[in-house]
Amino acid sequence: MTTDILVQGSQMTLVLLLSPLLTGFVRKVKARLLRRQGPPVLQPYRDLIRLVRKDVVLAENASWLFRAAPYLIFAATWVAAALVPTFATGLLFSWTADLIAIAALLGSARFFLALAGMDVGTSFGGIGSSREMMISSLAEPAMLLIVFTLALTAGSTQLSTITTFVTSPAVGLRVSLGLALIALIIVAVAENARVPVDNPATHLELTMVHEAMVLEYSGRHLAMIEIAASLKLLLYVSLISCIFIPWGVAAAGAGPAAYAMGALTYVAKLAVCGALLALFETSIAKMRVFRVPDFLGAALMLGLLATLLLFVSRSL
Amino acid sequence: MMETPAILLSCVAGLLATAAVAVAAGRSAAATRVVYCATLAISLLILGTVARHLLADASAISRLVLPVGLPWLGAHFRLDALSAFFLVVVNLGAAGASLYGLGYGRHETAPHRILPFLPAFLAGMNLVVLADDAFTFLLSWEFMSLASWALVLAHHRAEDNQRAGYVYLVMASFGTLTLLLAFGLMSGAEGGYAFDAIRAAGHPPLLAALVLGLMLAGAGSKAGLVPLHVWLPLAHPAAPSHVSALMSGVMTKVAVYAFIRVAFDLLGAPAWWMGMVVLVLGGLTATVGILHAMMEKDLKRLLAYSSIENIGVIFVGLGLALAFHANAMEQPAALALTAALFHVLNHSFFKSLLFFGAGAVLTATGERDMEKLGGLIHRMPFTSAVFLVGCVAISALPPFNGFVSEWLAFQAILQSPQLPQWGLKIIVPAVGGLLALSAALAAACFVKAYGVTFLGRPRGDAAADATEVDRYSRAAMAILALFCLLAGVLPGRVIDGLAPVTQTLLSARMPAQAEVGWQSIVPIAAAHSSYNGLLVFTFIAVSAALAAFAVHHLASRRVRRAPAWGCGFPATPAVTQYTASSFAQPIRRVFGAMVFRARETVDMPEPGSMRPARFTLRLRDLAWDGIYAPIAAGVGLAATRLNVLQFLTIRRYLTLVFLALVSLLLVLAIWS
Repeated sequence: MTTDILVQGSQMTLVLLLSPLLTGFVRKVKARLLRRQGPPVLQPYRDLIRLVRKDVVLAENASWLFRAAPYLIFAATWVAAALVPTFATGLLFSWTADLIAIAALLGSARFFLALAGMDVGTSFGGIGSSREMMISSLAEPAMLLIVFTLALTAGSTQLSTITTFVTSPAVGLRVSLGLALIALIIVAVAENARVPVDNPATHLELTMVHEAMVLEYSGRHLAMIEIAASLKLLLYVSLISCIFIPWGVAAAGAGPAAYAMGALTYVAKLAVCGALLALFETSIAKMRVFRVPDFLGAALMLGLLATLLLFVSRSL
Repeated sequence: MMETPAILLSCVAGLLATAAVAVAAGRSAAATRVVYCATLAISLLILGTVARHLLADASAISRLVLPVGLPWLGAHFRLDALSAFFLVVVNLGAAGASLYGLGYGRHETAPHRILPFLPAFLAGMNLVVLADDAFTFLLSWEFMSLASWALVLAHHRAEDNQRAGYVYLVMASFGTLTLLLAFGLMSGAEGGYAFDAIRAAGHPPLLAALVLGLMLAGAGSKAGLVPLHVWLPLAHPAAPSHVSALMSGVMTKVAVYAFIRVAFDLLGAPAWWMGMVVLVLGGLTATVGILHAMMEKDLKRLLAYSSIENIGVIFVGLGLALAFHANAMEQPAALALTAALFHVLNHSFFKSLLFFGAGAVLTATGERDMEKLGGLIHRMPFTSAVFLVGCVAISALPPFNGFVSEWLAFQAILQSPQLPQWGLKIIVPAVGGLLALSAALAAACFVKAYGVTFLGRPRGDAAADATEVDRYSRAAMAILALFCLLAGVLPGRVIDGLAPVTQTLLSARMPAQAEVGWQSIVPIAAAHSSYNGLLVFTFIAVSAALAAFAVHHLASRRVRRAPAWGCGFPATPAVTQYTASSFAQPIRRVFGAMVFRARETVDMPEPGSMRPARFTLRLRDLAWDGIYAPIAAGVGLAATRLNVLQFLTIRRYLTLVFLALVSLLLVLAIWS
């Protein structure tokens, strides 16, 4: 029992500690691809430390919701991220929430973020919130159809079970899983406010979404929101890697050596996925905000198609 | 010791007596307090009686026949697990509304138009659920409809309310007519009106299909199924807020009860395509309902439209249950039915809570139009906190209750590839997508409702000068918010509580959740799926508290207040904030052209002109344009044409009567 708690605790700490590193790494690779020097990989940690030390400058009519939201957003995202298998499956609390519940937890975080954007009463907050909810209203059903695809393939909505199933030889190549992968990547790009849906590096253009919502935040509140955003990116990368590149993930109760091996492969997977994300982002232009529904509609249709295929035959 | 149905009927008689007292009391000042205290006490008494019955033996059936009504039939009443569950839903809502009414009712300008009808309305709903023969059922149904119609017209001078009352009356008559036909068909030519006789008689497939269609029209029009939903967003908001809560949160559930009673109990084994029809209707209702809600800027109408969405979710669950039941897959059927019933309970909690909140806003500001509100979180901290709970719960977000029932519905959908029919295989995933879409849109809709009403800066004096509401209203809202949380973190208790219902209707139940450790719920098997609301809630609360504690104690805890940053723009007036319509604009761009035929026209002044620019938006309800307007036009045309019949001479009337008689006789002759 104690070791179980320790392993679960180490996963929680691991995702929290690694997430700024992933963000910094993606930024660095992006900068190098653009032939810039770029900030150091550890810069996000420095930013976070600096931010939590600063005073909070609150808008005059900000309410208690505005002050509580960053902690709630952080907590919901952290809990969700800690429930996705990283280096091992079948951790102590892995049965607490299945994939549907993890997606919904991210929905809770988004709900509060969008409300916080409306709280101060500037037009920028409203524009960000309304666009974020438009994007999520298409991304969430797409995500759910992806979950359906995975659940029908593996016979379970539990991520640990899905991972174990995907590592087994019974899977083979399946059309539905391929469609689900493309859809999941589109959803991940949209949910994390990356190019081409949104640009994480700027808040000075009219198409901004995520940055517009958090425009009024400063100091420790902003730090909480930044780390929540990093955690969300890490969550999606972990999700994609534990479903589609599950090799190296330790089985439940495998022992310290296997866990260490799992952790090492996990970090390697993060590096590969992060580099791919940076490459993708530099090779594509940001799209107009009303092109985004088409982009996400593609994910929705792919998810529906994958699910339909599985309803037709479980082996597709 | 009295039998349980006898106690319940005495309670109903008590409600009717309260109504009579309210008539006698007229406009006296004490009447409000007396009536609401009485309805509160009686609702709690019914709850207690049902609880005692359930604790003794949840699957027990007790009956009572009274020698009233049709002389050869009498009035049959019956309490079984299904009616007991719906009695709990009705009377929890009634108790909440009565408690709320104790405070809210004091601001009422015309209490004598509400007080007599409210207890009568409650009595009607209780009787529908208890009725055990077609005659009593229809009589109670009509009683419930008329009482609620009177409540809709409580403020009858407003023109909107008159129209709402008229449309509601027409739709309610239509609904009762179809129910009358449905029960007539089921009772057969011999007229076995008692439910036991109907249950015992076999129903051929064609007749069952007709009855199901009629039930979907009759119960569906009361519940708000698309395209029979048009009256609901007019009528529900027109009533005083606690009555709106009862109509949206409870009366729609009585309609769901009627559908379940007939489709799962009286009709016998269903055919698979019945499930498909119900599924498609449910999915469409959910999506169309929430899209309408998204476009709405009147807070109470938004809530009414969102009720349509939730009814859709419930009917998706019922459709799945029918489909599984038709294929003798009783275990998944029990799961789907549990999801639907769980959502019935949840919706009655959060919709009542939200309507109470809207009523509180109405009391404090006199406004229902969100675009004149804003910033109420500073003026009404309590109401805004509980309203937030309702918003999170209805948006199906963990750890609150709305999520659990949607999660169960998704788990049921994941069981459906085993269904043999191709029609279902194609439809179910699509409906699953619609369900997910409506859940996501619900979140967007309630971010809008809460953000525009409670957050930001006040858009007018009414919002700026609002004050918190009285303590009865606050207590009613707090209790419902607590229920939302409890049902969300302890869902296993609710699921086990619903087991007797599925046991009686389907002879199957979900696995007992009490045996699962840590208050988890496991609908099928632990390896398949599980969810633990309590742990999710605890984890979020603990990690948020830890993070706040760590940051405040290890780093900085200082706060400075300054003007809003807003990208450096100087302070803008409050009207520049995002409004309900502007918040909905992105979603309107995506769905509007198809679902509403949205037209936006912008009229910009010429350069140099000082006149204001004008933006107009036109949305159409396609159901109204495509179905109701043609029917209304047809009826009007026929009435004009037939008008000549009113001005004939006696000779011609006699000729007409003679001709009618001859043609009827001819028909008879040819028939036999």
